[in-house]
Amino acid sequence: MRQTFAIGIGGAAGQGVATPGDIFAKIFSRRGLHLNAYNAYQSIIRGGHTFLTIRAGPEKVTNMGDCIDLLIPLNQDSMNRHLGLLSAGSACIYNADTIKPGAAGNCVQLCPLPVSKLADITRNKVAQNTLAIGAGLNMMGISFQALESVLTEQFKKKGEAVVTENVGIARAGYDHAASRFKPFAWPLPMTENRYAVLSGNIAMAMGGAAAGVKFYCAYPMSPSTGVLHWMAAHARKAGIMVRQVEDEIGVVNMAIGAAHAGVRAMCATSGGGFALMSEGLGMSAMMETPVVVIDCQRAGPSTGVPTKTEQGDLWQMLGAAFGDYPRIIASPLDIGDCFKIIPEMFNLVDRFQCPGMVLCDLLLSEGRLSVDPKDLGFTPGIDRGELITKANGTPSGPGIGGDYKRYKITESGISPRAIPGVPGHVHTAATDEHDEDGVLISDEFTNTVKRRAMMEKRMRKVTGIEAAIPPPALWGPRNADVTLIGWGSTSGVIEEACEILSEQGISANQLQIRWLVPLHGEAIVEILKGARHTIIVENNYSGQFARYLRSETSCVPNGYIRKYDGEPFMPHHIVEAVKEQLTGKTTLSVPAHEIMV
Amino acid sequence: MATGLAAPKQLAIADLKGKVDPDWCPGCGDFGVLAAVEKALVELQIPNHDVVTISGIGCSSNFPGFINTYGMHTLHGRALAVATGVKLANHDLTVLVTGGDGDGFGIGGNHFVHTMRRNVDLLYIVMDNQIYGLTTGQTSPTSRIGMKTKSMPFGNIEAPVNPISLALAAGATFVARGFSGEQKHLTQLIKQGIEHKGFSFLDVFSPCVTYNHDNTYQWFRSRVKKLEDDPAYDPTNWLAAMEKSLLWGDEIPIGTFFERTDILTLHGAEPVLNNGPLVYCDTRITPDVAHSFIEELL
Repeated sequence: MRQTFAIGIGGAAGQGVATPGDIFAKIFSRRGLHLNAYNAYQSIIRGGHTFLTIRAGPEKVTNMGDCIDLLIPLNQDSMNRHLGLLSAGSACIYNADTIKPGAAGNCVQLCPLPVSKLADITRNKVAQNTLAIGAGLNMMGISFQALESVLTEQFKKKGEAVVTENVGIARAGYDHAASRFKPFAWPLPMTENRYAVLSGNIAMAMGGAAAGVKFYCAYPMSPSTGVLHWMAAHARKAGIMVRQVEDEIGVVNMAIGAAHAGVRAMCATSGGGFALMSEGLGMSAMMETPVVVIDCQRAGPSTGVPTKTEQGDLWQMLGAAFGDYPRIIASPLDIGDCFKIIPEMFNLVDRFQCPGMVLCDLLLSEGRLSVDPKDLGFTPGIDRGELITKANGTPSGPGIGGDYKRYKITESGISPRAIPGVPGHVHTAATDEHDEDGVLISDEFTNTVKRRAMMEKRMRKVTGIEAAIPPPALWGPRNADVTLIGWGSTSGVIEEACEILSEQGISANQLQIRWLVPLHGEAIVEILKGARHTIIVENNYSGQFARYLRSETSCVPNGYIRKYDGEPFMPHHIVEAVKEQLTGKTTLSVPAHEIMV
Repeated sequence: MATGLAAPKQLAIADLKGKVDPDWCPGCGDFGVLAAVEKALVELQIPNHDVVTISGIGCSSNFPGFINTYGMHTLHGRALAVATGVKLANHDLTVLVTGGDGDGFGIGGNHFVHTMRRNVDLLYIVMDNQIYGLTTGQTSPTSRIGMKTKSMPFGNIEAPVNPISLALAAGATFVARGFSGEQKHLTQLIKQGIEHKGFSFLDVFSPCVTYNHDNTYQWFRSRVKKLEDDPAYDPTNWLAAMEKSLLWGDEIPIGTFFERTDILTLHGAEPVLNNGPLVYCDTRITPDVAHSFIEELL
């Protein structure tokens, strides 16, 4: 089993849950530890309950895990919700002035802080948070110096006095713990590695910058807004035009306009905004203007649960916009992959001149992960496809107009794309069906032969896309007792569930789907032929991927594990469900989320 | 433009002829708008490969197919959003947006308002016929109260939008109205609109001879009165423009209601474009900048 240490910080929105989280994350990553952080929160600016889990360890930490080693409740509500779930060896640090502990489990260490004695709470409103950080780090066996330098950075802008005050409070907590509390049995190790800590939204925004995106626009919508924030803050340095638009209909149309004029253009939204973009995706396909749209899924339908995660938009994306057209859909497997997938997607959509959709979700968008900076390379290969620009475009015919055919019928279905401003390639791109030269065949010139030819030309691109996308592969032992099938963000938690199952004597392997369209159906059938017991794991009610897999391949698994309560899977949810299914108790497990967040 | 051996070929009306002839009904007001746009482009000598004509959907939105410039025939109501993207990606292009009153004030009303307040540098020509033509005659956002159509057979009971007042209120920096039956005047307005740095709105009375029997050529001809004929009218006075925009009846003003040049265009206000159009910029971020992005996360 992987050695990890998890901290849970709970409180009301506005109580400052994020800052201790950031401080712990920084200290862990600087110790060369991997980490994964997930914040369960509510759609409220002040109040409610938010619970941040930060899990760290020397090996890759792929999910939030099953247990909390250190609980820091910032209010009574958090204490009441979480204390009962602590197991032996864990500890709870709390403000003894304001919070009363309930009944704790065996060997759970209660660590009361006499906050008003240790700090001047009339001067510092978040003294309890800082004291708890100091105390916690002492118990983890981390030097005070590490905390001092992070606090200094954190408060530098507020002046020397604020730095001194906070360092002093942290020191008091640190020293108090040294004399009163028992250290954790497993002091946090240190490695020589250095990791970047980032959210999936930042990763996708940076991936866009690395891919050469020059135009980004959006309408704010949780949980996708982080992409807009990064883009807006870094626009000038990165040379990216970033616009906030009146609605998502405007967003997708503006992005397509910019793309049509020749730049790489991207936008991000969540399910509701994506619904508004649907018609625009059809335009991208019909005009053969490439655009990349990100959907950070949240729990639906409708406004749904804006701050909770789900994998519920697959069928919306499969069916987005009417009519048949080539589309590419990919779902990143983790936060590092959020970065990598964007340049890959841009190369594909530029080559095949069609819309590309990235199906992310709140878990990755707003979660945080340690990523090796080497995996955040800003020089990915850039393939703009058959693009005719001022630099490479020569007039193709005599006089103005020439004989350039924008939608020339080719074997690959790809027609060289000239952008406005290039002499000799003047043409009109239309959402109406059109002929090779762009002339409409939707009204006066309707023509069944031409319509069929154009439809087939566009759809021929699918063959090329399939060849450009690698088929999925099976991870883990070939001949396992159980094969777990997932897609996108469940990658990490399924991986850990497989490890736990193996430790418990049930060998498990994993088939994780990253490219949803085109789906390499034949390869999947081949892989699953050898599987003894197959279970599809997904974060939605109806088994959207299971239904899709069946429609594409006729494959029906032996069972399903689904979760649609707004929270992501924890490893034990999957482990217990697999065991229950292997004994034949059920074929559909819906694990309950024990932590009330 | 100077003529001579070295000079590039002069743009002529014939060069702007589209691949197909317009399929508008004989007598449609849109023919006059197309002719005026062609004349304006020739008079301004803007090479046709530097012009993008962008439309939504509807009779008048078929416009890009009938003129030999780069064209985009987009979605119903979305032309202005697409055009904003085009202009921001390559502000060297001259962007013309053409469409109808249903496309612009109905389904596209949201983008209409926001594109104006952003002062995107383009000319938006609305061929306003106060009816839905391509869908065979339904009430439009500019149909008058009482007008009988297939969708309101007992007469329209909804007040029409006043496009000129709306444009003034939304912050358009050039607001004008033309009449398809006044070619010279219309050509002049189009030239002014193209040359204006910022959002130019040009509402054009473009009669629908098939479905609108109320607002005919004759109806307009007897009512339109050019603002330019009144030497006292000052198109830099916003309040006066607003007041004029409310005139509707026996006398309907056409001409330039309002123009201001003291506001930056959207592309002019954005420092990201200081190095020229995005489409000609390096796709790669410099290693220094990339490094600084990673440093923030350590």
